[in-house]
Amino acid sequence: MAALVNVLVVAEHDHGTLKGATLNTVTAALQCGGEVHVLVAGENARGAAQAAAQIAGVAKVLHADGASLKEQLAESVAAQVLAVARNYSHLLFPATAHGKNVAPRVAALLDVGQISDATKIIGADTFERPIYAGNAIATVQSSDATKVITVRTTGFDAAGSGGGATVETITAVADSGRSRFLCSEIAKSDRPELIAAKIIVSGGRAMGSSEKFNEVLTPLADKLGAALGASRAAVDAGYAPNDWQVGQTGKIVAPQLYIAAGISGAIQHLAGMKDSKVIVAINKDPEAPIFSIADYGLEADLFAAVPELVQALGS
Amino acid sequence: MKILVPVKRVVDYNVKVRVKADGTGVDIANVKMSMNPFDEIAVEEAVRLKEKGAATEVIAVSCGVTQCQETLRTAMAIGADRGILVECADELQPLAVAKLLKALVDKEQPGLVILGKQAIDDDCNQTGQMLAALADLPQATFASKVEVADGKLKVTREIDGGLETLSMAMPAVVTTDLRLNEPRYVTLPNIMKAKKKLLAIVKPADLGVDVAPRIKTLKVAEPPKRGAGVKVADVAALVDKLKNEAKVI
Repeated sequence: MAALVNVLVVAEHDHGTLKGATLNTVTAALQCGGEVHVLVAGENARGAAQAAAQIAGVAKVLHADGASLKEQLAESVAAQVLAVARNYSHLLFPATAHGKNVAPRVAALLDVGQISDATKIIGADTFERPIYAGNAIATVQSSDATKVITVRTTGFDAAGSGGGATVETITAVADSGRSRFLCSEIAKSDRPELIAAKIIVSGGRAMGSSEKFNEVLTPLADKLGAALGASRAAVDAGYAPNDWQVGQTGKIVAPQLYIAAGISGAIQHLAGMKDSKVIVAINKDPEAPIFSIADYGLEADLFAAVPELVQALGS
Repeated sequence: MKILVPVKRVVDYNVKVRVKADGTGVDIANVKMSMNPFDEIAVEEAVRLKEKGAATEVIAVSCGVTQCQETLRTAMAIGADRGILVECADELQPLAVAKLLKALVDKEQPGLVILGKQAIDDDCNQTGQMLAALADLPQATFASKVEVADGKLKVTREIDGGLETLSMAMPAVVTTDLRLNEPRYVTLPNIMKAKKKLLAIVKPADLGVDVAPRIKTLKVAEPPKRGAGVKVADVAALVDKLKNEAKVI
Protein backbone atom coordinates (compact mmCIF):
# COMPACT_ATOMS: atom_id res chain seq x y z
CA MET A 1 0.00 0.00 0.00
CA ALA A 2 1.28 3.42 -0.88
CA ALA A 3 1.92 5.77 1.99
CA LEU A 4 -0.95 8.08 2.76
CA VAL A 5 -0.56 11.50 1.19
CA ASN A 6 -1.92 14.53 3.01
CA VAL A 7 -0.72 17.93 1.93
CA LEU A 8 -0.70 21.15 3.93
CA VAL A 9 -0.19 24.44 2.12
CA VAL A 10 1.03 27.23 4.38
CA ALA A 11 -0.77 30.29 3.04
CA GLU A 12 0.86 33.63 2.44
CA HIS A 13 -1.54 36.45 3.24
CA ASP A 14 -1.87 39.91 4.69
CA HIS A 15 -4.52 38.70 7.16
CA GLY A 16 -7.37 40.26 5.19
CA THR A 17 -6.61 38.68 1.83
CA LEU A 18 -4.58 35.81 0.39
CA LYS A 19 -1.43 36.51 -1.60
CA GLY A 20 -1.51 35.17 -5.13
CA ALA A 21 1.48 32.89 -4.55
CA THR A 22 -0.74 30.74 -2.31
CA LEU A 23 -2.85 29.79 -5.35
CA ASN A 24 0.13 28.51 -7.34
CA THR A 25 1.24 26.53 -4.29
CA VAL A 26 -2.18 24.87 -4.03
CA THR A 27 -1.83 23.72 -7.65
CA ALA A 28 1.50 22.10 -6.78
CA ALA A 29 -0.12 20.55 -3.70
CA LEU A 30 -2.91 18.99 -5.75
CA GLN A 31 -0.27 17.37 -7.97
CA CYS A 32 1.28 15.64 -4.95
CA GLY A 33 -1.94 13.62 -4.63
CA GLY A 34 -4.08 13.18 -1.54
CA GLU A 35 -6.14 15.71 0.33
CA VAL A 36 -5.04 19.36 0.35
CA HIS A 37 -5.48 21.55 3.43
CA VAL A 38 -4.46 25.18 3.79
CA LEU A 39 -3.12 26.74 7.00
CA VAL A 40 -3.90 30.42 7.51
CA ALA A 41 -1.91 31.61 10.51
CA GLY A 42 -2.50 35.28 11.26
CA GLU A 43 -4.23 37.86 13.38
CA ASN A 44 -7.79 38.81 12.47
CA ALA A 45 -7.20 36.68 9.41
CA ARG A 46 -10.79 35.59 8.89
CA GLY A 47 -10.76 37.26 5.49
CA ALA A 48 -7.77 35.25 4.32
CA ALA A 49 -9.19 32.02 5.79
CA GLN A 50 -12.49 32.55 3.98
CA ALA A 51 -10.62 33.24 0.74
CA ALA A 52 -8.60 30.04 1.18
CA ALA A 53 -11.83 28.07 1.60
CA GLN A 54 -12.92 29.25 -1.85
CA ILE A 55 -9.89 27.81 -3.65
CA ALA A 56 -10.88 24.92 -5.90
CA GLY A 57 -9.54 21.59 -4.67
CA VAL A 58 -8.93 22.59 -1.05
CA ALA A 59 -10.63 20.19 1.37
CA LYS A 60 -10.07 22.02 4.64
CA VAL A 61 -8.71 25.31 5.95
CA LEU A 62 -6.98 25.45 9.32
CA HIS A 63 -7.27 28.92 10.78
CA ALA A 64 -5.05 29.93 13.68
CA ASP A 65 -5.64 33.44 14.95
CA GLY A 66 -3.58 35.27 17.53
CA ALA A 67 -1.43 38.29 18.29
CA SER A 68 1.68 36.07 18.08
CA LEU A 69 1.03 35.74 14.35
CA LYS A 70 0.47 39.41 13.58
CA GLU A 71 3.91 40.19 12.20
CA GLN A 72 4.40 36.77 10.58
CA LEU A 73 7.75 36.28 12.30
CA ALA A 74 9.50 33.09 11.26
CA GLU A 75 9.73 31.70 14.80
CA SER A 76 5.98 31.95 15.41
CA VAL A 77 4.75 30.86 11.99
CA ALA A 78 7.11 27.86 12.03
CA ALA A 79 5.85 26.89 15.49
CA GLN A 80 2.27 27.09 14.21
CA VAL A 81 3.09 24.80 11.29
CA LEU A 82 4.86 22.35 13.60
CA ALA A 83 1.79 22.22 15.84
CA VAL A 84 -0.12 20.45 13.05
CA ALA A 85 2.73 18.99 10.98
CA ARG A 86 2.35 15.43 12.25
CA ASN A 87 -0.94 15.08 10.35
CA TYR A 88 0.70 15.69 7.00
CA SER A 89 3.07 13.94 4.63
CA HIS A 90 3.80 17.16 2.69
CA LEU A 91 4.21 20.75 3.87
CA LEU A 92 4.26 23.23 1.02
CA PHE A 93 5.19 26.91 1.14
CA PRO A 94 5.35 29.46 -1.67
CA ALA A 95 9.02 30.17 -2.48
CA THR A 96 8.61 33.85 -1.59
CA ALA A 97 10.68 35.86 0.90
CA HIS A 98 8.20 34.79 3.59
CA GLY A 99 8.05 31.12 2.66
CA LYS A 100 11.83 30.89 2.37
CA ASN A 101 12.16 32.46 5.80
CA VAL A 102 9.90 29.95 7.54
CA ALA A 103 10.11 26.60 5.72
CA PRO A 104 13.71 25.63 6.62
CA ARG A 105 12.96 26.11 10.32
CA VAL A 106 10.10 23.66 10.01
CA ALA A 107 12.24 21.16 8.09
CA ALA A 108 15.09 21.35 10.60
CA LEU A 109 12.82 20.85 13.59
CA LEU A 110 11.23 17.83 11.89
CA ASP A 111 14.77 16.61 11.11
CA VAL A 112 14.05 16.40 7.37
CA GLY A 113 15.71 17.85 4.31
CA GLN A 114 13.97 20.58 2.35
CA ILE A 115 13.27 20.80 -1.36
CA SER A 116 13.69 24.46 -2.35
CA ASP A 117 12.01 26.08 -5.36
CA ALA A 118 10.27 23.00 -6.76
CA THR A 119 9.26 23.68 -10.36
CA LYS A 120 7.65 20.32 -11.09
CA ILE A 121 5.98 17.60 -9.01
CA ILE A 122 6.94 14.29 -10.62
CA GLY A 123 5.58 12.04 -7.90
CA ALA A 124 4.78 12.20 -4.21
CA ASP A 125 8.51 12.01 -3.36
CA THR A 126 10.18 13.21 -6.58
CA PHE A 127 10.51 16.78 -7.73
CA GLU A 128 12.33 18.99 -10.18
CA ARG A 129 14.19 22.08 -9.05
CA PRO A 130 16.62 24.44 -10.76
CA ILE A 131 20.21 24.70 -9.53
CA TYR A 132 23.10 26.97 -10.59
CA ALA A 133 20.81 29.91 -11.39
CA GLY A 134 18.64 27.67 -13.54
CA ASN A 135 21.51 26.52 -15.71
CA ALA A 136 20.73 22.95 -14.69
CA ILE A 137 17.56 21.20 -13.59
CA ALA A 138 17.90 18.55 -10.89
CA THR A 139 15.42 15.74 -10.35
CA VAL A 140 15.51 14.99 -6.65
CA GLN A 141 13.93 12.36 -4.45
CA SER A 142 13.26 12.75 -0.75
CA SER A 143 13.48 9.75 1.56
CA ASP A 144 12.19 11.70 4.57
CA ALA A 145 8.84 10.92 6.17
CA THR A 146 7.67 14.50 5.75
CA LYS A 147 8.40 16.41 2.58
CA VAL A 148 9.00 20.10 3.21
CA ILE A 149 8.89 21.97 -0.09
CA THR A 150 9.00 25.56 -1.24
CA VAL A 151 7.18 25.99 -4.54
CA ARG A 152 8.43 28.27 -7.27
CA THR A 153 5.24 30.03 -8.23
CA THR A 154 6.19 30.50 -11.88
CA GLY A 155 6.22 26.70 -12.28
CA PHE A 156 2.52 26.28 -11.53
CA ASP A 157 -0.70 27.96 -12.64
CA ALA A 158 -2.86 29.64 -10.03
CA ALA A 159 -5.58 27.37 -8.63
CA GLY A 160 -9.11 28.41 -9.53
CA SER A 161 -11.96 29.40 -7.27
CA GLY A 162 -15.29 27.77 -6.59
CA GLY A 163 -14.24 25.55 -3.70
CA GLY A 164 -16.18 25.25 -0.51
CA ALA A 165 -13.79 23.96 2.13
CA THR A 166 -14.66 23.87 5.80
CA VAL A 167 -12.75 26.25 8.03
CA GLU A 168 -11.52 24.73 11.27
CA THR A 169 -10.25 27.02 13.99
CA ILE A 170 -7.09 25.85 15.73
CA THR A 171 -5.29 27.30 18.73
CA ALA A 172 -2.67 29.90 17.92
CA VAL A 173 0.81 29.32 19.29
CA ALA A 174 2.20 31.55 22.01
CA ASP A 175 4.63 34.31 21.06
CA SER A 176 8.16 32.93 20.99
CA GLY A 177 9.40 36.26 22.33
CA ARG A 178 12.58 35.66 20.35
CA SER A 179 12.39 38.60 18.01
CA ARG A 180 10.34 41.72 17.89
CA PHE A 181 8.98 43.59 14.90
CA LEU A 182 9.97 47.26 14.91
CA CYS A 183 8.80 48.73 11.63
CA SER A 184 8.45 48.17 7.92
CA GLU A 185 8.69 50.28 4.81
CA ILE A 186 6.47 48.83 2.17
CA ALA A 187 6.33 50.85 -1.02
CA LYS A 188 2.76 51.84 -1.77
CA SER A 189 1.97 51.30 -5.39
CA ASP A 190 -1.04 50.80 -7.62
CA ARG A 191 1.06 48.63 -9.88
CA PRO A 192 0.65 44.87 -9.93
CA GLU A 193 2.97 42.81 -7.71
CA LEU A 194 6.17 41.96 -9.54
CA ILE A 195 5.84 38.19 -9.18
CA ALA A 196 2.18 38.21 -10.23
CA ALA A 197 2.28 40.81 -13.03
CA LYS A 198 1.16 39.91 -16.56
CA ILE A 199 3.54 42.46 -18.04
CA ILE A 200 6.88 43.63 -16.62
CA VAL A 201 8.98 46.55 -17.81
CA SER A 202 12.52 46.16 -16.55
CA GLY A 203 15.51 48.50 -16.71
CA GLY A 204 19.23 47.95 -16.55
CA ARG A 205 22.40 49.88 -15.88
CA ALA A 206 22.00 51.77 -19.17
CA MET A 207 19.19 53.78 -17.57
CA GLY A 208 21.95 55.93 -16.08
CA SER A 209 20.14 57.35 -13.05
CA SER A 210 17.05 56.82 -10.92
CA GLU A 211 15.54 59.97 -12.45
CA LYS A 212 15.99 58.60 -15.97
CA PHE A 213 14.76 55.18 -14.85
CA ASN A 214 11.48 56.70 -13.70
CA GLU A 215 11.18 59.26 -16.45
CA VAL A 216 11.64 56.73 -19.25
CA LEU A 217 10.15 53.49 -17.92
CA THR A 218 7.23 54.68 -15.77
CA PRO A 219 5.15 55.97 -18.74
CA LEU A 220 5.60 52.63 -20.51
CA ALA A 221 4.64 50.66 -17.40
CA ASP A 222 1.62 52.93 -16.89
CA LYS A 223 0.54 52.47 -20.49
CA LEU A 224 0.77 48.68 -20.24
CA GLY A 225 -0.48 48.31 -16.67
CA ALA A 226 2.86 46.66 -16.00
CA ALA A 227 5.01 46.11 -12.92
CA LEU A 228 8.49 47.63 -12.90
CA GLY A 229 11.57 45.49 -12.51
CA ALA A 230 15.32 46.00 -12.67
CA SER A 231 18.58 44.20 -13.19
CA ARG A 232 21.00 43.78 -10.32
CA ALA A 233 23.30 46.36 -11.89
CA ALA A 234 20.51 48.95 -11.89
CA VAL A 235 19.62 48.19 -8.27
CA ASP A 236 23.25 48.24 -7.16
CA ALA A 237 23.63 51.64 -8.83
CA GLY A 238 20.64 52.90 -6.87
CA TYR A 239 18.39 53.43 -9.89
CA ALA A 240 15.64 51.18 -8.54
CA PRO A 241 14.57 49.79 -5.13
CA ASN A 242 16.06 46.51 -3.94
CA ASP A 243 12.85 44.52 -4.17
CA TRP A 244 12.55 45.26 -7.88
CA GLN A 245 15.55 43.07 -8.66
CA VAL A 246 14.77 40.27 -11.06
CA GLY A 247 17.25 37.41 -11.13
CA GLN A 248 18.79 34.39 -9.42
CA THR A 249 18.90 36.08 -6.05
CA GLY A 250 15.99 38.45 -6.52
CA LYS A 251 12.51 37.83 -7.88
CA ILE A 252 11.80 34.97 -10.25
CA VAL A 253 9.15 36.08 -12.71
CA ALA A 254 7.35 34.62 -15.71
CA PRO A 255 4.95 37.21 -17.10
CA GLN A 256 3.18 37.10 -20.44
CA LEU A 257 5.42 39.92 -21.63
CA TYR A 258 8.82 40.97 -20.28
CA ILE A 259 10.36 44.11 -21.72
CA ALA A 260 14.07 44.45 -20.92
CA ALA A 261 15.35 47.95 -21.57
CA GLY A 262 19.07 48.54 -21.39
CA ILE A 263 19.69 45.16 -19.75
CA SER A 264 22.68 43.29 -21.15
CA GLY A 265 21.51 39.90 -19.87
CA ALA A 266 23.90 38.40 -17.33
CA ILE A 267 23.10 34.74 -16.58
CA GLN A 268 21.98 35.74 -13.09
CA HIS A 269 19.36 38.06 -14.61
CA LEU A 270 18.25 35.56 -17.24
CA ALA A 271 17.70 33.06 -14.42
CA GLY A 272 14.96 35.28 -13.10
CA MET A 273 12.99 35.92 -16.27
CA LYS A 274 13.75 33.37 -18.97
CA ASP A 275 10.45 31.55 -18.44
CA SER A 276 8.51 34.64 -19.51
CA LYS A 277 6.15 33.91 -22.39
CA VAL A 278 7.36 36.72 -24.63
CA ILE A 279 10.62 38.59 -24.10
CA VAL A 280 11.40 41.92 -25.74
CA ALA A 281 14.91 43.32 -25.54
CA ILE A 282 15.74 46.93 -26.30
CA ASN A 283 19.47 47.51 -26.31
CA LYS A 284 21.89 49.46 -28.44
CA ASP A 285 24.63 46.83 -28.12
CA PRO A 286 24.05 44.27 -30.90
CA GLU A 287 26.19 41.74 -28.97
CA ALA A 288 24.16 41.96 -25.73
CA PRO A 289 23.45 38.39 -24.48
CA ILE A 290 19.82 39.35 -23.80
CA PHE A 291 19.22 39.15 -27.57
CA SER A 292 20.03 35.44 -27.49
CA ILE A 293 16.84 34.70 -25.57
CA ALA A 294 14.59 37.57 -26.70
CA ASP A 295 11.64 36.80 -28.96
CA TYR A 296 11.82 40.32 -30.32
CA GLY A 297 15.03 42.29 -30.23
CA LEU A 298 15.16 45.99 -31.00
CA GLU A 299 18.66 47.28 -31.50
CA ALA A 300 18.19 50.92 -30.58
CA ASP A 301 18.91 53.64 -28.07
CA LEU A 302 16.33 53.02 -25.36
CA PHE A 303 16.04 56.73 -24.57
CA ALA A 304 14.57 57.23 -28.04
CA ALA A 305 12.88 53.86 -28.52
CA VAL A 306 10.97 53.63 -25.23
CA PRO A 307 9.22 57.03 -25.53
CA GLU A 308 8.46 56.16 -29.15
CA LEU A 309 6.96 52.87 -27.97
CA VAL A 310 4.79 54.73 -25.45
CA GLN A 311 3.59 56.99 -28.29
CA ALA A 312 2.91 54.07 -30.58
CA LEU A 313 0.87 52.29 -27.92
CA GLY A 314 -1.15 55.40 -27.24
CA SER A 315 -2.66 55.58 -30.66
CA MET B 1 31.54 38.83 21.52
CA LYS B 2 32.58 36.20 19.01
CA ILE B 3 31.09 36.11 15.54
CA LEU B 4 30.92 32.83 13.65
CA VAL B 5 30.87 33.17 9.85
CA PRO B 6 30.15 30.03 7.83
CA VAL B 7 31.55 30.23 4.28
CA LYS B 8 30.95 27.90 1.36
CA ARG B 9 33.27 27.06 -1.51
CA VAL B 10 31.29 27.22 -4.74
CA VAL B 11 31.81 27.46 -8.50
CA ASP B 12 32.77 31.07 -9.23
CA TYR B 13 29.76 33.20 -10.18
CA ASN B 14 31.29 34.05 -13.57
CA VAL B 15 31.48 30.41 -14.63
CA LYS B 16 28.67 29.05 -16.74
CA VAL B 17 28.41 25.45 -15.59
CA ARG B 18 27.89 22.55 -17.96
CA VAL B 19 25.71 19.58 -17.24
CA LYS B 20 27.63 16.28 -17.48
CA ALA B 21 26.70 14.15 -20.46
CA ASP B 22 25.68 11.23 -18.23
CA GLY B 23 23.21 13.42 -16.31
CA THR B 24 24.82 12.79 -12.92
CA GLY B 25 25.54 16.40 -12.13
CA VAL B 26 27.37 19.45 -13.37
CA ASP B 27 31.00 19.36 -14.42
CA ILE B 28 33.05 21.18 -11.81
CA ALA B 29 36.42 19.64 -12.69
CA ASN B 30 38.96 22.36 -13.49
CA VAL B 31 36.54 25.24 -13.05
CA LYS B 32 37.34 28.25 -10.93
CA MET B 33 36.06 27.98 -7.36
CA SER B 34 35.44 30.94 -5.07
CA MET B 35 33.77 31.89 -1.85
CA ASN B 36 29.99 32.08 -2.17
CA PRO B 37 29.39 35.83 -2.79
CA PHE B 38 26.76 36.11 -0.05
CA ASP B 39 29.21 34.57 2.44
CA GLU B 40 31.83 37.10 1.41
CA ILE B 41 29.34 39.82 2.34
CA ALA B 42 28.87 38.01 5.69
CA VAL B 43 32.63 37.96 6.37
CA GLU B 44 32.89 41.65 5.50
CA GLU B 45 30.02 42.51 7.85
CA ALA B 46 31.56 40.51 10.69
CA VAL B 47 34.92 42.18 10.19
CA ARG B 48 33.28 45.62 10.13
CA LEU B 49 31.49 44.83 13.41
CA LYS B 50 34.84 43.91 14.91
CA GLU B 51 36.45 47.08 13.56
CA LYS B 52 33.63 49.09 15.17
CA GLY B 53 34.34 47.39 18.48
CA ALA B 54 31.09 45.41 18.57
CA ALA B 55 32.92 42.07 18.32
CA THR B 56 36.18 40.71 19.65
CA GLU B 57 36.83 37.74 17.38
CA VAL B 58 35.65 36.61 13.95
CA ILE B 59 35.79 32.88 13.31
CA ALA B 60 35.29 31.61 9.75
CA VAL B 61 34.06 28.06 9.32
CA SER B 62 33.67 25.98 6.20
CA CYS B 63 32.22 22.50 5.77
CA GLY B 64 33.47 20.43 2.87
CA VAL B 65 36.51 19.16 1.03
CA THR B 66 40.17 19.87 1.87
CA GLN B 67 40.28 22.73 -0.65
CA CYS B 68 37.82 24.69 1.48
CA GLN B 69 40.98 25.74 3.33
CA GLU B 70 41.53 28.20 0.47
CA THR B 71 38.08 29.67 1.10
CA LEU B 72 38.91 30.00 4.79
CA ARG B 73 42.22 31.71 3.93
CA THR B 74 40.27 34.21 1.82
CA ALA B 75 37.97 34.87 4.79
CA MET B 76 41.02 35.40 6.98
CA ALA B 77 42.53 37.74 4.38
CA ILE B 78 39.36 39.85 4.59
CA GLY B 79 39.88 39.93 8.34
CA ALA B 80 38.60 36.81 10.09
CA ASP B 81 40.88 35.91 13.01
CA ARG B 82 40.91 32.16 12.65
CA GLY B 83 39.33 29.34 10.68
CA ILE B 84 37.72 25.98 11.27
CA LEU B 85 37.36 23.41 8.52
CA VAL B 86 34.86 20.63 9.07
CA GLU B 87 36.44 18.30 6.58
CA CYS B 88 34.20 15.93 4.69
CA ALA B 89 34.59 14.56 1.17
CA ASP B 90 30.96 13.49 0.90
CA GLU B 91 28.09 15.64 -0.27
CA LEU B 92 26.84 17.90 2.49
CA GLN B 93 23.25 19.07 2.31
CA PRO B 94 21.94 22.14 4.18
CA LEU B 95 20.46 20.14 7.07
CA ALA B 96 23.81 18.40 7.64
CA VAL B 97 25.70 21.71 7.47
CA ALA B 98 23.23 23.29 9.91
CA LYS B 99 23.84 20.40 12.35
CA LEU B 100 27.62 20.79 12.05
CA LEU B 101 27.30 24.53 12.65
CA LYS B 102 25.01 23.91 15.62
CA ALA B 103 27.74 21.74 17.18
CA LEU B 104 30.26 24.54 16.61
CA VAL B 105 27.87 27.13 18.06
CA ASP B 106 27.61 24.98 21.20
CA LYS B 107 31.39 24.81 21.39
CA GLU B 108 32.35 28.39 20.49
CA GLN B 109 29.33 30.20 21.98
CA PRO B 110 29.29 33.08 19.47
CA GLY B 111 27.02 36.08 20.06
CA LEU B 112 26.23 36.21 16.36
CA VAL B 113 26.32 33.82 13.43
CA ILE B 114 26.24 35.59 10.08
CA LEU B 115 26.15 33.77 6.76
CA GLY B 116 24.94 34.14 3.18
CA LYS B 117 21.23 33.81 2.50
CA GLN B 118 21.88 31.23 -0.20
CA ALA B 119 24.73 29.52 -1.99
CA ILE B 120 24.88 30.16 -5.70
CA ASP B 121 25.45 26.50 -6.55
CA ASP B 122 22.48 24.64 -5.04
CA ASP B 123 20.42 27.86 -4.57
CA CYS B 124 18.83 26.29 -1.46
CA ASN B 125 18.45 29.25 0.92
CA GLN B 126 18.08 26.98 3.97
CA THR B 127 21.19 26.72 6.14
CA GLY B 128 20.83 29.88 8.26
CA GLN B 129 17.18 29.26 9.07
CA MET B 130 17.87 25.60 9.87
CA LEU B 131 20.74 26.53 12.18
CA ALA B 132 18.57 29.10 13.97
CA ALA B 133 15.86 26.48 14.50
CA LEU B 134 18.26 23.75 15.71
CA ALA B 135 20.16 26.08 18.04
CA ASP B 136 16.89 27.67 19.19
CA LEU B 137 18.10 31.15 18.26
CA PRO B 138 16.18 34.07 16.79
CA GLN B 139 16.77 34.65 13.10
CA ALA B 140 16.92 37.61 10.75
CA THR B 141 17.22 36.53 7.14
CA PHE B 142 17.96 38.59 4.00
CA ALA B 143 19.61 41.40 5.96
CA SER B 144 20.37 44.72 4.32
CA LYS B 145 21.42 46.48 7.54
CA VAL B 146 22.80 45.10 10.81
CA GLU B 147 23.32 47.13 13.99
CA VAL B 148 24.48 45.99 17.41
CA ALA B 149 23.49 48.17 20.36
CA ASP B 150 23.02 47.47 24.08
CA GLY B 151 23.46 43.76 23.59
CA LYS B 152 20.63 43.70 21.08
CA LEU B 153 20.60 43.22 17.38
CA LYS B 154 18.63 45.42 15.02
CA VAL B 155 18.33 44.06 11.52
CA THR B 156 16.64 45.51 8.45
CA ARG B 157 15.43 42.73 6.16
CA GLU B 158 14.54 42.66 2.50
CA ILE B 159 11.04 41.31 2.10
CA ASP B 160 8.61 41.19 -0.83
CA GLY B 161 7.42 44.74 -1.37
CA GLY B 162 10.00 46.52 0.76
CA LEU B 163 11.88 46.31 4.03
CA GLU B 164 11.15 45.40 7.63
CA THR B 165 13.19 45.95 10.76
CA LEU B 166 13.40 43.45 13.62
CA SER B 167 14.98 43.65 17.03
CA MET B 168 16.28 40.56 18.80
CA ALA B 169 18.40 39.40 21.68
CA MET B 170 21.76 37.81 20.96
CA PRO B 171 22.93 35.21 20.24
CA ALA B 172 21.12 35.26 16.91
CA VAL B 173 21.52 34.10 13.32
CA VAL B 174 21.62 36.59 10.45
CA THR B 175 21.68 35.79 6.74
CA THR B 176 22.95 38.40 4.31
CA ASP B 177 21.33 39.86 1.24
CA LEU B 178 23.24 41.51 -1.59
CA ARG B 179 22.96 45.10 -0.44
CA LEU B 180 24.32 44.68 3.08
CA ASN B 181 27.79 45.88 2.12
CA GLU B 182 30.43 45.77 -0.58
CA PRO B 183 33.23 43.44 0.46
CA ARG B 184 36.70 44.98 0.43
CA TYR B 185 39.42 43.85 -1.92
CA VAL B 186 41.93 41.67 -0.18
CA THR B 187 45.42 43.08 -0.23
CA LEU B 188 48.63 41.12 -0.67
CA PRO B 189 49.90 41.87 2.86
CA ASN B 190 46.60 40.60 4.27
CA ILE B 191 46.81 37.46 2.15
CA MET B 192 50.28 36.87 3.57
CA LYS B 193 49.05 37.51 7.11
CA ALA B 194 46.12 35.13 6.59
CA LYS B 195 48.54 32.29 5.88
CA LYS B 196 49.82 32.53 9.44
CA LYS B 197 46.42 32.52 11.11
CA LEU B 198 45.15 29.44 12.93
CA LEU B 199 43.17 26.95 10.88
CA ALA B 200 41.77 24.00 12.81
CA ILE B 201 40.48 20.87 11.08
CA VAL B 202 37.76 18.68 12.54
CA LYS B 203 35.65 15.84 11.14
CA PRO B 204 31.87 15.53 11.31
CA ALA B 205 32.34 12.50 13.59
CA ASP B 206 34.33 14.66 16.04
CA LEU B 207 31.23 16.82 16.33
CA GLY B 208 28.95 13.79 16.62
CA VAL B 209 26.95 14.69 13.55
CA ASP B 210 25.44 12.27 11.05
CA VAL B 211 25.78 14.02 7.68
CA ALA B 212 24.10 11.40 5.49
CA PRO B 213 22.16 13.12 2.67
CA ARG B 214 18.38 13.05 2.90
CA ILE B 215 17.67 14.05 -0.64
CA LYS B 216 18.92 12.03 -3.55
CA THR B 217 19.67 13.60 -6.91
CA LEU B 218 18.33 11.21 -9.53
CA LYS B 219 19.28 13.24 -12.57
CA VAL B 220 20.64 16.60 -13.63
CA ALA B 221 19.62 17.91 -17.03
CA GLU B 222 20.04 20.97 -19.20
CA PRO B 223 17.14 23.38 -18.90
CA PRO B 224 14.92 23.71 -21.95
CA LYS B 225 16.68 25.97 -24.41
CA ARG B 226 15.10 29.22 -25.34
CA GLY B 227 16.16 30.22 -28.82
CA ALA B 228 16.72 33.72 -30.05
CA GLY B 229 13.77 35.20 -31.87
CA VAL B 230 13.95 37.91 -34.44
CA LYS B 231 15.38 41.39 -34.53
CA VAL B 232 12.83 44.00 -35.45
CA ALA B 233 13.74 47.08 -37.47
CA ASP B 234 11.95 49.73 -35.48
CA VAL B 235 9.35 50.49 -32.84
CA ALA B 236 6.48 50.22 -35.30
CA ALA B 237 7.55 46.72 -36.27
CA LEU B 238 7.84 45.78 -32.59
CA VAL B 239 4.34 46.99 -31.78
CA ASP B 240 2.99 45.12 -34.80
CA LYS B 241 4.66 41.87 -33.66
CA LEU B 242 3.41 42.24 -30.08
CA LYS B 243 -0.14 42.99 -31.18
CA ASN B 244 -0.57 40.66 -34.12
CA GLU B 245 1.93 37.82 -33.74
CA ALA B 246 2.49 37.34 -30.00
CA LYS B 247 -0.88 38.91 -29.11
CA VAL B 248 0.33 39.96 -25.68
CA ILE B 249 -0.77 43.61 -25.78
